[in-house]
Amino acid sequence: MVDYFIQHILSFSIWVPVLAGLVVLATSNESKPNNTRWLALVGSLISFLVTIPLYTHFNFADGGFQFQEGFRWIPAFNINYHLGVDGIAIPLILLTSFTTVIVIISAWEVIEKRVAQYMACFLIMSGLMIGVFSALDAILYYVFWEAMLIPLFLVIGIWGGSNRVYATIKFFLYTLLGSLLMLVAFIYLYLSTGSFEITEFYKFAMPLNVQVLIFIAFFAAFAVKIPMWPVHTWLPDAHVEAPTGGSVVLAAIALKLGGYSFLRFAMPIAPDAAHHLSGYMIALSLIAIVYIALVALVQKDMKKLIAYSSISHMGFVTLGFFIFNNLGVEGAIVQMVSHGFISTAMFLCVGVLYERVHSRQIESYGGVANTMPMFAGFAVLFAMANSGLPGTSGFVGEFMVILGAIEVNFWYAFLAATTLIFGAAYTLWMVKRVFYGEVANHHVAALKDLNKREFLILAILAILVLALGIYPQPLTDMTNATVTQFLSQLAQSKLPAGL
Amino acid sequence: MENIRYDLIAALPEIVIVSMAMLILLADLFLKNANRIAIYGLAQLTLLVAAYITFTTHAPSVTYAFTGTFVDDAMADVLKLMTYLGTSLIFVYTRQYIQQRDMFRGEFYALVLFSVVGMMIMISGQSMLTLYVGLELLSLSLYALVALDRDNARATEAAMKYFVLGALASGMLLYGMSMIYGMTGSLNISEINTALMGGGGNHAVLILGLVFIVAGLAFKLGAVPFQMWVPDVYEGSPTAITMLISSVPKLAAFAFVIRILVQGLPTLIVDWQQMLMIMAVLSIIIGNITAIAQTNLKRMLAYSTISHIGFVLYGLMSASMNGFVYALFYVVSYVLMTLAGFGIVILLSRKGFEADKLDDLKGLNQRSPWHAFLMLIVMFSMAGIPPTLGFYAKFTVLQAALQAGYLWLVVFAVLMAVIGAYYYLRVIKLMYFDEPVDHSPIESPIDMRIVLGMNAIGLLVIGLMPQSLMEFCAYAITRSLS
Repeated sequence: MVDYFIQHILSFSIWVPVLAGLVVLATSNESKPNNTRWLALVGSLISFLVTIPLYTHFNFADGGFQFQEGFRWIPAFNINYHLGVDGIAIPLILLTSFTTVIVIISAWEVIEKRVAQYMACFLIMSGLMIGVFSALDAILYYVFWEAMLIPLFLVIGIWGGSNRVYATIKFFLYTLLGSLLMLVAFIYLYLSTGSFEITEFYKFAMPLNVQVLIFIAFFAAFAVKIPMWPVHTWLPDAHVEAPTGGSVVLAAIALKLGGYSFLRFAMPIAPDAAHHLSGYMIALSLIAIVYIALVALVQKDMKKLIAYSSISHMGFVTLGFFIFNNLGVEGAIVQMVSHGFISTAMFLCVGVLYERVHSRQIESYGGVANTMPMFAGFAVLFAMANSGLPGTSGFVGEFMVILGAIEVNFWYAFLAATTLIFGAAYTLWMVKRVFYGEVANHHVAALKDLNKREFLILAILAILVLALGIYPQPLTDMTNATVTQFLSQLAQSKLPAGL
Repeated sequence: MENIRYDLIAALPEIVIVSMAMLILLADLFLKNANRIAIYGLAQLTLLVAAYITFTTHAPSVTYAFTGTFVDDAMADVLKLMTYLGTSLIFVYTRQYIQQRDMFRGEFYALVLFSVVGMMIMISGQSMLTLYVGLELLSLSLYALVALDRDNARATEAAMKYFVLGALASGMLLYGMSMIYGMTGSLNISEINTALMGGGGNHAVLILGLVFIVAGLAFKLGAVPFQMWVPDVYEGSPTAITMLISSVPKLAAFAFVIRILVQGLPTLIVDWQQMLMIMAVLSIIIGNITAIAQTNLKRMLAYSTISHIGFVLYGLMSASMNGFVYALFYVVSYVLMTLAGFGIVILLSRKGFEADKLDDLKGLNQRSPWHAFLMLIVMFSMAGIPPTLGFYAKFTVLQAALQAGYLWLVVFAVLMAVIGAYYYLRVIKLMYFDEPVDHSPIESPIDMRIVLGMNAIGLLVIGLMPQSLMEFCAYAITRSLS
């Protein structure tokens, strides 16, 4: 029984939340939303518990794929239902199932219309995103990757703000365009190797010009998702219009799909192109880090500010990848997980204010600390973490990437390090304007501090942010073997002999 | 005498349907209005019997009948079975609709069954003349069906337009056939092929004939630049008829293309490949871009059909076994998606109200979450988003085209698919993101609801497990073309 479960743990991780979502939809009753909420919470908790053994049963010394399972799915195209995870995927899977619980709790009283559809969208999305992280067959991966757009599209479109239709259609089309080019690359690789197995793609040798084209096709898909400058413009729109839960999932997980996929596809399949184009990739990353941080500085809308801050922080992730050393790649992974926690917390904080005052504008607030002291405490902590204060998780990833960058080029590190100043500037300036000073207006004067539900989720996130900041070793232990293997694989040229 | 027996067995399904259609016409005279539902039962029974015969007389080998003018092979049987299935779904979906619009008469069922026979002859024709006769039987039945609602001025206009342009296309087709006949001395598909293999005929005349044939075929398929009739006829016809025109005849048209171009004129492959390529690219451009501007749902689906035909042509122009298999797979998927899509339009219509404006879908999620969900699946399937059937349809066709070396055409198709996604998303936006303006309850018979649910959910289920349908199509093509 237990053996069976462990052998098929990835399938359980994917399908339990999807099933829970379908059950929530099927049993929904608009007049009794509380039943739906509890059912969704139980479903998300079970889905989270199911993923825990991925950590406890993980073999830390093995850098290859573990928990593999599969069967032949579409023999006509040699497509398999093949799942497996390595040390890079597992932290992100755990992050996904954990964030789903947080999202369900955070939506408790906030979502009043069509509760069942809202909860079901997030549960199903959770399963699909875990599918993206664990698929080892390109078409299986692609199916999950595209399918998760559908619930997210609906979440932003149904429960979003006033300009939600524009935002969600822009988001969908942007991502679809990139994905379809990736699909063409997959078909090309299939025609060359006769298989959609990712590990077969790894072995396939290609001349540089082909590799560059393949890399660009992947880049189109992943750069949009991460998002990298200059294809980031969908993100601020989507973030601003999405309901709190939608913003959380977008920032905490959807962006990581792009980062993860660089490591899983673009770089190991076209390693020579990755080296060849690394200069451009680093340049784009640095532009994201510095330029987008400056853009964030002038934002008047809190959600938009956090959205730009996300883009800037994801710049660290791509920078870490393309400096090709252990510190850089591991730092990028730590940064992804840490950003998952911090951005979740930041968006939840904005959500707390928005529910009370119904404004996301910074100028609508002032002196919130006077009426909501407990909330202000959490908000300041997360703001510090967002600006990379030592002792919080935000510091660890950025510091590792900067150290890694120094090994390559001092100026990369120098430019990247400016974020410690800019990040602090835009985050803390926002905190100052929102939380400190005189009580700005009667809305702020009438604010009530956190309720138990809000306190619970912010406290859990605060603990995680601090824990990862003080003791990141469990995470780096997990990724270490995989990253070492990944880099040695990347160091081998895949150019056909004689070229 | 012995030969006649074999001939009749090969064409038994056609014979049964023709006889039954006439019986229905006759029975209709003697039935009171209250008992008229019996006609519906008879029509469904006819399809069931025909399916039974086709299924039990099926052999994987190729049988020629009527001195080689008629063929019964795996492709014919598979396509005929799909035709029965599609027609049967149409009967289920349209029963209440035509009752409410005073079209529930024997003529409707008889004409639909005649059109089915026309399609079957197109599917099984092995001579230019047989194919042409099948096409005309189909077309004439459809012209009459479009105009069946006599007092409807727009339907009559659509019928006229359809007839005039259709007759022109038939003329072109015949003209092209006559040139091929002149050069090869035969109307029989296999004999034409043999004659051309031998190097006979003046190439210029053959090409001229080919151009006319391809133009005629393109008209029937609705490919650009012969698509002008499609939106007008789709919009003007009663939705029940639009559903018929847009769905099953494409299966027959596919067979028509295979019979003439692939089996009859493989020697001219380089020439027709180029023609199909141009039409494929134009269809995808015009179909997708023009669809964005539509406010009428039926018109939008018309342009969407044009772009789908473009994708089918991608498969055909690859001119490989894989290309034909996946073009067939695409056509079958297209038929299933279209039936479900028009099924929803019919579902939302009621007496005196056609739900054919895009705005009529507004807020469907609040009126009926289940039906909104079904339409959501249909739209994502048409847009080619996994995990729906439409994804595999596009994926397989593009795979075939890429295998044939058309890398940049594939990239182009992919870019156009993103534009196409926009108008499908707009439908979902109307259903899910907008408030309803129309609060009347959705009334439809329970059998239609169940079948429509199975049809739309089927798009999802086949999308998760597409292997069987792919094998089915591969079986049809590989057994028939060698």
